[in-house]
Amino acid sequence: MNLAATTNESLAHTSNYLIYSSMAVYLLAFFANMAEWLFGTRSKVARTAAALTGAGQQAKDAGTVKVEVATKNGGTAVLERPKVVTRSAAGTRDVPDGPGASGGDEKGDLYGRIAVSLTVLAFLIEFSGVLTRALSVQRAPWGNMYEFNLTFSTVAVGVYLTLLALKKNVGWLGLPLVTTVLLDLGLAVTVLYTASDQLVPALHSYWLWIHVSTAIFCGAVFYVGAVATILYLFRDRYEAKLAEGGKPGAFATSVLERLPAASTLDKFAYRVNAAVFPLWTFTIIAGAIWAGDAWGRYWGWDPKETWSFITWVAYACYLHARATAGWKGRKAATLALIAFGCWLFNYYGVNIFVNGKHSYAGV
Amino acid sequence: MSKTESTPEPDLGEAGAQLSTAPTEERSNGPVGIGVLGWIRWFWRQLTSMRVALILLFLLSLGAIPGSLIPQTSVDEMKVADFQKRHDTLTPIYEKLGLFHVYSSVWFSAIYILLFVSLIGCIVPRTWQFVGQLRGQPPAAPGRLTRLPAYTTWRTDAEPEQVREAALAMLKKRRFRARISSDAVAAEKGYLREAGNLIFHVSLIVILVAFATGQLFKSEGGKLIVQGDGFSNTLTQYDDFRSGSLFDTEDLAPFSFTLDRFDASYERSGPELGTAREFKAHLTYSEGADGKPQQKVVEVNKPLVVDGSKVYLLSHGYAPTVTVKDGQGKVVFQGSVPLLPMDNNLTSSGAIKVLDGYRDAKGNKDQLGFAAFFVPTFGGKGTGATQMFSKFPAPDFPVLNIGAYHGDLGLNSGLPKNVYQLDTSSRSIKPFKDAQGNILKKLLLPGETLQLPDGAGSITFDKGPIKQWASFQISHQPANGLALTGAIGAIAGLAGSLFIQRRRVWVRAVRGDDGVTVVEMAGLGRSESAKLPEELADLAVTLIPQAPTAPDPEPEPSVVPAEGAEK
Ligand code: HEM
Repeated sequence: MNLAATTNESLAHTSNYLIYSSMAVYLLAFFANMAEWLFGTRSKVARTAAALTGAGQQAKDAGTVKVEVATKNGGTAVLERPKVVTRSAAGTRDVPDGPGASGGDEKGDLYGRIAVSLTVLAFLIEFSGVLTRALSVQRAPWGNMYEFNLTFSTVAVGVYLTLLALKKNVGWLGLPLVTTVLLDLGLAVTVLYTASDQLVPALHSYWLWIHVSTAIFCGAVFYVGAVATILYLFRDRYEAKLAEGGKPGAFATSVLERLPAASTLDKFAYRVNAAVFPLWTFTIIAGAIWAGDAWGRYWGWDPKETWSFITWVAYACYLHARATAGWKGRKAATLALIAFGCWLFNYYGVNIFVNGKHSYAGV
Repeated sequence: MSKTESTPEPDLGEAGAQLSTAPTEERSNGPVGIGVLGWIRWFWRQLTSMRVALILLFLLSLGAIPGSLIPQTSVDEMKVADFQKRHDTLTPIYEKLGLFHVYSSVWFSAIYILLFVSLIGCIVPRTWQFVGQLRGQPPAAPGRLTRLPAYTTWRTDAEPEQVREAALAMLKKRRFRARISSDAVAAEKGYLREAGNLIFHVSLIVILVAFATGQLFKSEGGKLIVQGDGFSNTLTQYDDFRSGSLFDTEDLAPFSFTLDRFDASYERSGPELGTAREFKAHLTYSEGADGKPQQKVVEVNKPLVVDGSKVYLLSHGYAPTVTVKDGQGKVVFQGSVPLLPMDNNLTSSGAIKVLDGYRDAKGNKDQLGFAAFFVPTFGGKGTGATQMFSKFPAPDFPVLNIGAYHGDLGLNSGLPKNVYQLDTSSRSIKPFKDAQGNILKKLLLPGETLQLPDGAGSITFDKGPIKQWASFQISHQPANGLALTGAIGAIAGLAGSLFIQRRRVWVRAVRGDDGVTVVEMAGLGRSESAKLPEELADLAVTLIPQAPTAPDPEPEPSVVPAEGAEK
């Protein structure tokens, strides 16, 4: 018993070291990301303006798709690959995506790669930190807000790296993500730190694994969606200004020019949000089933339940807006941000300011 | 961003329409037709439009907010009372607005009832429309395929009919619903998306119905039981009881149980010293009026399920055993008195009341009341009302503090009195005084006795293990299964609705002016579909072996369609 206690103690210490180390590496990744953006300013591409003013014809070629074909017999027969021409939906601008943070600059690109490598390293370290934490407390590492924060940022970075690995165009996410991860971890180790401890009896349930893990995952993905939405709003304003013949400021031009097109960001945000919405629905239902087991009613308008519901309805609102004439685009994006705001409030606000049955988050 | 129409490609006509069953947005500015009927029709069309659904959804989330920030009677009545005491000006306003019971208030109900009426008004026509689409055929190819979001073309030596037949076969093999209409093949896939969407919305109604049924027929009550005591499920046995408006007392399932033992364990070291680790209530229960007794351990997440009712463990505390003797030395009370915990270390307080049978030293009838404080692990004397405090929640060093009173405890006046409190401010209750003239109080260890002055009797904190009590919530809520069914349907439907793409593909093959066949393929999906171009290319690659590319007479046609592509 005592021996186990000491190993746990030392595991907990290891976990803390790992978390601090990952913060250091994230910080380096942050600088590398900054360097990528800074070197990127040297490139002077103004494709957006060209596309918007130059009759937009040549821009359409940007969207062609090539398909790899595996021949049946593994023979030498070369199949002609059709060239598929894509065309944006009516009412959207035909604008090519920006070149990315490095803007095609060689040095910038190098720093971009360094940033990704550092992020991978930091992710691995942080992941081990969460794992050792779990081992030290011998349960799911989701018992208090310190642990939520750790897992949350790990998952968010994991989602980002997965998208990168799938060759999705998400490089623009790097800097904002690493910045928030640093904030999130900073908050965790200072304000929210809780020494490893056991759970109150209400949390002894396999539903903890199901409900809390999906909640954290949804939050991380919603977060990625929110970043895309904010960038969409900036980029959309930028494109609108260009389309009207205006001249955006030098900073805006330099930074926004390198982002993907507004329609790309918008679609990305939609896909991300829509993809986790069913999981968020499941999270709430799992919570209701758990509440039914623990408290004798599956729904009791407890603040945490209420805010999950509000978040859910807000995202449903957003999805509806996407399908409603006159509500697409900026208005829908605003709804998406409100919905994410609800999620954040549910996570921090309710734990800190509101007292309810869920108040065992360790603050 | 410019406003887009609700059909994905307005200039595609029939081919682009009905890719979903979403209601088309008409921008009518007023009632069409005349009189009341016109207005009703207008109102109904507004209510069932996507825009109003959106607004109602938004209002629903907005309306749910105050209930999470203002104390709610349905959640915690004590908190509401406390809030009302502290806010003189706000309380009447809040009461008018129903802000202490938001989720059953008129305005909140109005929002969700409107939303669900809108939902039903939306689902029914959409279902018919969908059934129509299922029966119908994919719409014929639009005149100019180049206008579609994804497009490809090539020239082949194969005959147009041959190409069309091959395309039809291929699309059918890929589970497209396909047909040949004049010079092109029309195909569509992904109807499950619409089905999923309808199932999702219907499931929401199912959940609402289940929730409403549960609320109307539910019953829920609390019962505090001291170790060794029992409970049988009849109305009179409950400490408090709430039920839905359609609940009937007859509906209470006949079962009973006794609390044999209660186990609690606490963290004994580390920073979380004293935090509870485990609560276990050992019950013997029997189903029905005279069922066979069975054993069950109830824990926080593990209720006892019996006869459709669930028995949940809510809280626990101590019930020290005391013996009270009267002026004649006769035992007038002996029992374990449940005391309510006041902090995490289970410093507890309560009252011991002796109402009948007590006679003072002179043989006169009177009533006795004792204000009791109990600490399971004595941590010394504190300040204020608690007088002493507990260091740890387990009974390591139990001490009972007794303050003694007598007089009319007021229990016959008919007014409800809290059994756990002694109203010492009442005029009819007089404290016993000690030699200095202070209220008679004493710290008792197990086995010790407090003698009342002038031979008025005594109270003894009995030796032996300190008994515990546990409180239970016994609830019965019908339609839980229905709610779960609705929930599963909602998730399944949603997954279908969000992950399945509904798309159309057309393959046109016509003989060009130079006698060579021109094949054109185009795809149309919902605006968000990213995979459509890839799928189209994939289909083209599959089709090309049957329609091998012929050499181009001129540079490959670019976006601007070749003349040959036009009919
Ligand atoms: C209880 C309230 C409602 C909730 C929570 C809700 C939720 C949702 C959600 C989450 C979606 C997204 C699925 C998707 O994009 O395919 C959706 C789609 C849809 N909803 Fe609702 N809805 C509600 C009421 C309504 C009402 C009243 C209408 C009728 C006006 C309606 C019509 C639609 C339509 C047509 C779609 C499909 C949109 C599309 O084709 O993309 N919904 N709903």
